[in-house]
Amino acid sequence: MKAVAEPVATLALEPVAERAGVARLMTRNRSVLFGGAILALVVLVAALAPVLGTTDPAQVEPVLRNKRPGAVTGTRNADGTQTERTHWMGTDSLGRDVYSRVLYGARVSLIVGISVALISTAVGLVIGVMAGYVRWLDGIVMRIMDGLMSIPAILLAIGLVSLSRAGLRTVIIAIVIPEVPRVVRLVRSVVLSIREEPYVEAATALGARTPMLLVRHVLPNTLAPLIVQGTFICASAILVEAILSFLGVGIPPETPTWGNIMAEGRALFRIFPHNILFPGLFLALTVLGVNILGDGLRDSLDPRLRSRL
Amino acid sequence: MLPYIGRRLLATVPVMAVVAVVVFMLLRLTTGDPAAIIAGDNATSQDVEAIRTKLGLDRPIVQQFVIWIGNILRGDLGESFFFKKQVSELIAERVEPTLALAICTLLLAVSVAVPLGVLAAWRRGTWIDRGVMGLSVLGFSVPVFVIGYLLIYLVAIQLAWLPVQGYQRLADGVGGFLERLVLPSLTLAIIYVALIARITRASVLEVLNADHVRTARAKGLGDAAVLVRHVLRNAAVPIVTVIGLGVALLIGGVVVTESVYAIPGLGRLTVDAVLARDYPTVQGVILLFSVVYVLINLVVDLSYTFLDPRIRY
Repeated sequence: MKAVAEPVATLALEPVAERAGVARLMTRNRSVLFGGAILALVVLVAALAPVLGTTDPAQVEPVLRNKRPGAVTGTRNADGTQTERTHWMGTDSLGRDVYSRVLYGARVSLIVGISVALISTAVGLVIGVMAGYVRWLDGIVMRIMDGLMSIPAILLAIGLVSLSRAGLRTVIIAIVIPEVPRVVRLVRSVVLSIREEPYVEAATALGARTPMLLVRHVLPNTLAPLIVQGTFICASAILVEAILSFLGVGIPPETPTWGNIMAEGRALFRIFPHNILFPGLFLALTVLGVNILGDGLRDSLDPRLRSRL
Repeated sequence: MLPYIGRRLLATVPVMAVVAVVVFMLLRLTTGDPAAIIAGDNATSQDVEAIRTKLGLDRPIVQQFVIWIGNILRGDLGESFFFKKQVSELIAERVEPTLALAICTLLLAVSVAVPLGVLAAWRRGTWIDRGVMGLSVLGFSVPVFVIGYLLIYLVAIQLAWLPVQGYQRLADGVGGFLERLVLPSLTLAIIYVALIARITRASVLEVLNADHVRTARAKGLGDAAVLVRHVLRNAAVPIVTVIGLGVALLIGGVVVTESVYAIPGLGRLTVDAVLARDYPTVQGVILLFSVVYVLINLVVDLSYTFLDPRIRY
């Protein structure tokens, strides 16, 4: 029995060993570890927001408005006892606890960043593969993509959110549309170069059908650049969402997002700068983490891209 | 050369057509009825109908598009729902602050970023290189408005060196004009510096290893002469390309920066128009910015022949 089991075990291990190689390659890179750690921290903060937060982020308390960071306030309970609370990041002009709002804001930023990255790479992948493989589609699709790319991304997003009532879904779609052409271009260029490879020609000569070719040879080659591109899209989506909220055209102001907290703090910025500085710090740190992660992934997954941007 | 310019100009036609269709669709895709929006809350259904006929909204969509394009080519961007003025007039009023901000930022960014990028490449692997690259990643990550408020807080409020917000027309005095442009330009320049410094470093690094650079060194040319005459000249094409592409970032940044610094420019107009659901103005501004962006990149493409005489089309 034992003699039979052994070769089976080694056979089954093979793909696992291969994956471990990629994983090791990625974790050996210091940027991947550092950026990943920052991102993990933000994910943790977002997930644990109800535990870490001291107050309901939407609770308006006019008595407590405009407290400086670190202020301790007491509220009287029904039974006459006092509950003391420390506002680590102060309160805003409606008396909401900025610290709790910042924690919950991490959720919105991450949801927007990750969904925009996933949706735009998925949509871009499909369109890009079609443009790269179907000759007559290529010209039309690429002209449309060129046109979309010549509208500055933030402007296009602002224009798109103005179309319907602002909300999480509208904001995500408005950020996805300007990002798609960049993914399409990337995927198309990979597809175009792969289809000229001798091994793909060989597969074609051997009678492999197009869907099979795409799945077996083209898709795996788009994976590495897509992961890298997706990371950068995630970073820019988080920034654009914050900009939209900050300008007042994004997610409705009562939802705690980093952009909304800052927008709220604008009026009294000269006296109470904490409303802008704390969410701004978190926002910058998150985007920095994702960008560093992207840099590291690019260096470890695709050495050819290293010399470029 | 001339045929190339001609071909390049022709290539922008489909791009502009797509831009026009997208911008046109922006108004048609709205959930609300534009005629009802213009008419306001107290309008009767006859009023709405009259406005619809006046604007041609009752005609087939293709016909509407043709009329719209025809008007735009004649410089008529329509009338603003909110400001009750011609959009072209509105844009003309607001163009000076935006142009001043953009030019200031561009000059500042290029004059800082190119030397930084060259320095980083020249001292590759040292702490200077790592510092510049680190700052560049940081520049990409800190949002424009956070930089803006930080600068306002430190320079204008704490140190009180510069005015906090606002804009002064050039005609009202150069001193006040420049004084109020320093902080916004600095704010906007940071992300642009990050972008240009990165590409400058990458592009200079490639040229530094070239044979002709070794030859120039071997014949005893000083570092400065080698860098400027032999390296930077040959590294110019990618740098200029990125400066052109970066104008998209600049335009996006203008919208935010003008809001932070309360500058009455086109960016501010865009945000105000979106908040007021003033679609003709939104369309007009987006169209204008896109045309400018396409034209700048056209000029960049054409400049290749001057920057690198080997490029012949």
